[in-house]
Amino acid sequence: MDGLRKIVDQLKPTFSKGGKLAKLESTFEAFETFLFVPNKTTHVGAHVRDYMDLKRTMVIVVLAMIPALLFGMYNVGLQHSISIGETWSIMDSFLFGLIKVLPIIVVSYVTGLGIEFAFAQVRHHEVNEGFLVSGMLIPLIVPVDVPLWMVALATAFAVIIGKEVFGGTGMNIVNPALTARAFLFFAYPAQMSGDKIWVEGLSQGEGIVDGYSGATALAEAAAGNMQNLPSVAEMFFGTIIGSIGETSTFAILIGALILLYTGVGNWKIMLSFVVGGFLMGTLLNVFATDTNPYMSLPAYQHLFLGGFAFGAVFMITDPVTAAQTERGKWIYGFLGGFIAILVRVVNPAYPEGVMLAILLVNVFAPLIDYYVVKGHVKRRMKRFAVKA
Amino acid sequence: MSLLSPKEVKLLTNPLNIDNPITTQVLGICSALAVTVKLKPAFVLAISVIAVLTIANVVVSLLRNAIPNRIRIIVQLVVIASLVILVDQVLKAYVYDISKQLSVFVGLIITNCIIMGRLEAFALGNKPWPSFLDGLGNGAGYGVILLIVAFFRELFGSGTVWDYPVFENIGLYSIGYVNNGLMILPPMALIVVGIIIWIQRHYSRELIEK
Repeated sequence: MDGLRKIVDQLKPTFSKGGKLAKLESTFEAFETFLFVPNKTTHVGAHVRDYMDLKRTMVIVVLAMIPALLFGMYNVGLQHSISIGETWSIMDSFLFGLIKVLPIIVVSYVTGLGIEFAFAQVRHHEVNEGFLVSGMLIPLIVPVDVPLWMVALATAFAVIIGKEVFGGTGMNIVNPALTARAFLFFAYPAQMSGDKIWVEGLSQGEGIVDGYSGATALAEAAAGNMQNLPSVAEMFFGTIIGSIGETSTFAILIGALILLYTGVGNWKIMLSFVVGGFLMGTLLNVFATDTNPYMSLPAYQHLFLGGFAFGAVFMITDPVTAAQTERGKWIYGFLGGFIAILVRVVNPAYPEGVMLAILLVNVFAPLIDYYVVKGHVKRRMKRFAVKA
Repeated sequence: MSLLSPKEVKLLTNPLNIDNPITTQVLGICSALAVTVKLKPAFVLAISVIAVLTIANVVVSLLRNAIPNRIRIIVQLVVIASLVILVDQVLKAYVYDISKQLSVFVGLIITNCIIMGRLEAFALGNKPWPSFLDGLGNGAGYGVILLIVAFFRELFGSGTVWDYPVFENIGLYSIGYVNNGLMILPPMALIVVGIIIWIQRHYSRELIEK
């Protein structure tokens, strides 16, 4: 370690002001803080200081996504083998998925980080590490069959329009990864929905088993084919069709444990999101009619289907776009879950409502905070008035 | 002496750049979002707005000493409305297809904030000749943005320019390119206008609010 530190220290003057490569200062700074906790100290005032800076927080979120990612890779191979009527070993399935998923991850990171570095350089900022998480989220929420250039374009759109125009990490209003997903969804509907794109190789139609359907469970449910839904165990463990990382509630729960144990994810938002979704599911059950069998889908199954679990753990908890006040977090999460299931079941145009619901509450978060704070002020004013 | 004094030149050129009705004054946004899916309707609407704005500016400027202050808005509206009806009839007669595509947006020129804004802010207090230049300049400023937005939306949304299939002819589709559906939806027009504002402020720093 000491040797590495020495090399970094030797290189530093070259990149500092007046040095030969001063233009690349932010890039150098980014790599230095990747390797070492910054040794900068504040000179004024009292500060609580520990090693949990933004970079390390982000790394924990990425770690929490690894179970979902690994399972997603395995599932890509599994679904492909089912579609062509073969039985593959776990290792074969995983390797197949690895080869399919890795390029998406690489494209997402290269595009996103490239833009981040460029912006940091032009604005003479430090490189923001927010994209470490977004870059991993984006591959997890797209179908495996998505063309790579679309991933690159959506990532660029999300980073520039979703984040950099507002001033970079920490300033964005909506979640960048979901911005990328929404961009893909509206820009290329043919490549982002339907029953041909979720399983690798299906759109080319090579050696598909007769009568095989590549529709997701949500699409089947939206079409009213309740008998085609996977069993509850399949939903929970995630051996179903869907975006790469969203299928396994089990793997996502492992990630949730990591986030909650380290305190990186907020349990209030996660819990209220689930409660909101469950309540809406129950409400729909109560008002279920015979004409719409989807409404009578047991509420708890909604939590396992589609991107709900993924949204609850990794999307809605994004600290930048969530509500900041404690009471606001309850309202924010609850609204998100509530609307997600409502859109999912009631709106026939969108089989999955989690993305749209979270983007919507992202926009509402500042408003929620505003009224929570205003409420506090009002209550205290009242208390003050009584005493006086 | 040249044709126009420097002050008059400014009346014409400022609205094209630093005093642009759309990107600086943020007026007339609604129609900029609605008609910019393709270049042709955007071009026709831009010409219509230029015509209405220029003539209305001159007419109101001629009448400016005769209009009682309390009913000036109504008088302005009467002028604009008659001009818009004229434009609408001309479009229906000569470019029927595009007139149908523009549908209600020709009629809505009446409520275009740019026109009302220029009449109130300029024509009521200036002589006909400067008013004419001001109308022309602001109309052109509006039209330029409309055309830029429409160009990008048509190119990436439909793969054509002025209905000429550019992307098909250079063979983009055969290597897997797909038209961007978001470009056809109104939100993307807002984002394109936003990007134009971003670029403009990058070059004209004085426009950035403190």
